[in-house]
Amino acid sequence: MALLEIENLHAAIDGTEILKGINLTLNTGEVHAIMGPNGSGKSTLAKVLAGDEAYEVTQGSIRYNGQDLLDMDPEIRAREGMFLGFQYPVEIPGVSNTYFLKAAVNAIRKHRGQDEMDAMEFLQLIRERAKTVKLEDTLLQRPVNEGFSGGEKKRNEVFQMAVLEPVLAILDETDSGLDIDALRTVAEGVNAMRSAERGFLVITHYQRLLNYIVPDHVHVLLGGKVVKSGGKELAKELEQSGYAMFGEQAA
Amino acid sequence: MSATTKTLEEVTTRDYEAGFVTDIEQDTVPPGLNEDVIRFISAKKNEPEWLLEWRLKAYRNWLNMPHPTWANVNYPPIDFQAISYFSAPKSDDDRPKSLDDIDPKIKETYDKLGIPLYEQEMLAGVAVDAVFDSVSVATSYKEKLAEKGIIFCSMSEAVENHPELVQKYLGTVVPHNDNFFAALNSAVFTDGSFVYIPKGVRCPMELSTYFRINAANTGQFERTLIVAEEGSHVSYLEGCTAPKRDENQLHAAVVELVALDDAEIKYSTVQNWYPGDENGVGGIYNFVTKRGLCQGRNSKISWTQVETGSAITWKYPSCVLRGDNSVGEFYSVAVTRGYQQADTGTKMIHMGKNTRSTIVSKGISAGHGQQSYRGLVRIAPTAENARNYSQCDSMLMSDTCGAHTFPYIDCQNPSAQMEHEATTSKIGEDQIFYCKQRGISEEDAVSLIVNGFCKDVFRTLPMEFAVEAQKLMEITLEDSVG
Repeated sequence: MALLEIENLHAAIDGTEILKGINLTLNTGEVHAIMGPNGSGKSTLAKVLAGDEAYEVTQGSIRYNGQDLLDMDPEIRAREGMFLGFQYPVEIPGVSNTYFLKAAVNAIRKHRGQDEMDAMEFLQLIRERAKTVKLEDTLLQRPVNEGFSGGEKKRNEVFQMAVLEPVLAILDETDSGLDIDALRTVAEGVNAMRSAERGFLVITHYQRLLNYIVPDHVHVLLGGKVVKSGGKELAKELEQSGYAMFGEQAA
Repeated sequence: MSATTKTLEEVTTRDYEAGFVTDIEQDTVPPGLNEDVIRFISAKKNEPEWLLEWRLKAYRNWLNMPHPTWANVNYPPIDFQAISYFSAPKSDDDRPKSLDDIDPKIKETYDKLGIPLYEQEMLAGVAVDAVFDSVSVATSYKEKLAEKGIIFCSMSEAVENHPELVQKYLGTVVPHNDNFFAALNSAVFTDGSFVYIPKGVRCPMELSTYFRINAANTGQFERTLIVAEEGSHVSYLEGCTAPKRDENQLHAAVVELVALDDAEIKYSTVQNWYPGDENGVGGIYNFVTKRGLCQGRNSKISWTQVETGSAITWKYPSCVLRGDNSVGEFYSVAVTRGYQQADTGTKMIHMGKNTRSTIVSKGISAGHGQQSYRGLVRIAPTAENARNYSQCDSMLMSDTCGAHTFPYIDCQNPSAQMEHEATTSKIGEDQIFYCKQRGISEEDAVSLIVNGFCKDVFRTLPMEFAVEAQKLMEITLEDSVG
């Protein structure tokens, strides 16, 4: 079943068009990778999907779980199971990671007509999930991302994903800035969550992440358009020949 | 931006949640101020001669004092002759004998504000001296406190029953001619709270007073005096909220704290008076003089304030650190939105050796709110090895608000160590988006971010007050991002 259907998506920021007609269909249970050089529109796509109001959708449509995604506020998208792992996670001084996640979990549960999670149950859940991404317990009590290293911030994103159990997870360059051990940990966290009920859209610069998170489909984004789609072997091809194989656009 | 702009519009149409008026008869003098009015107040309260003389001295001083203009606030001239200087709830007897004697409408008012008066207090460990306009109408737990020799009563009762204590300490920290508004208060103060903690006693509960301005056009002139004897300890809570009124109401209170050797006073305020309407009409003028004297060695005075209300706030809770090794603290969160103006901060006057002070000020401005931090740290020549740490952070929530900082430092002893940190930040669209992306609504996101910003101050509040303060921030700042 199609979880995400993007049709002829055009989007602009401050009047400059970044996405110029994207088409992409992602089915439940699939992992799609989006690759492309700097400035190709990868992060814009992620933010448009999550509903960042800085971007204006000028044309096209997005259906998510059969609903019109562009009609939904960002928090509703999140409560309907969409998760964005940020490329640059923001800091929220004075707000503990635990408190923040509890607010998120309970907002989502409320949306689904469930009761709030009680404190003990919640604590158990986050401790268990923190282990899966090797996030130290001390980071749970620290303010959200404040004073975290680059690697800790990215692991914190994957940890939040593990707690929130999204239906569609979009990971925006979660691998950037990670050393090889951290990369492996993050990939393991993602792999542990792969399931027939969940879709992943993994955005990355480099092929190396895809050695650990093996995608079902790979799309190459260039100049705001998907210029090529294929299987996991496409990533390997790119690794060898670079984006130059797509001609001048890549320069 | 569209959603945040929309919510900004909503905030201006939001009603003041504590805005209702209780309909009870008032025993009020006609507007105007002269020596006869002061004599009337003094007589009405059966005051001793020395207190009347003190009031008159203050009044005569006040007559020659110019209205201060140095604060970064704007308001039309106040007509002090248009204000009525005495009003008290009418009752058959002069004063209710117990909680059951309280006018049910007054109780209702407190209930609407969610202020517990009976068992809730016992559970919360709070004794309340409720000030309704100018006369105290309820004082609880007095007996329990009396067992330990603690005096917690209205200023009028203190004048009547403990005149020697009042005479000894009244005006010793804030003299009758200290400043324009303090002099006015000294001349016409009607009531307030008095606390006396005897030597070596640790007050077993938080002491709390709720102030409430009720009668239209009636200035409130509260006078509070807290004395902590050697080795004693007290935590005092002051909370305020006023019913909605169109005319400006002047509030010029004076609070004096005296801490003797090894004594500690913690004074916490949550202030939520009527801030005026969306056009800046009405609202309370809050011109307050609060000062604590660390008179004894190793004494400590700590001020925590959460200021969300009033049209204009002019307030500098200060510490005079006279005793060696004494400690002064000031923790403040101030919010200005709509057309609110606040000029607030503190003074730390170091006189004794090894005195230490900490200042943490968090200012939040939204809408057209204007806010200034004004602080003075003075190290006197006698203050060997004094230390001060100051931190002033401002958060801006709109493009039309303002934050200003005026830190004054006057250091006359080379052994002093002083630190000053200041930041100004705008609440980030990216922070709000991050929260929303996790399913958290915009309102909850703002309150989360703001509460995080204020955490260093909120954590110094007593538990039940901290919860109240957070809730107040949520109500105050809902829909304020723009």
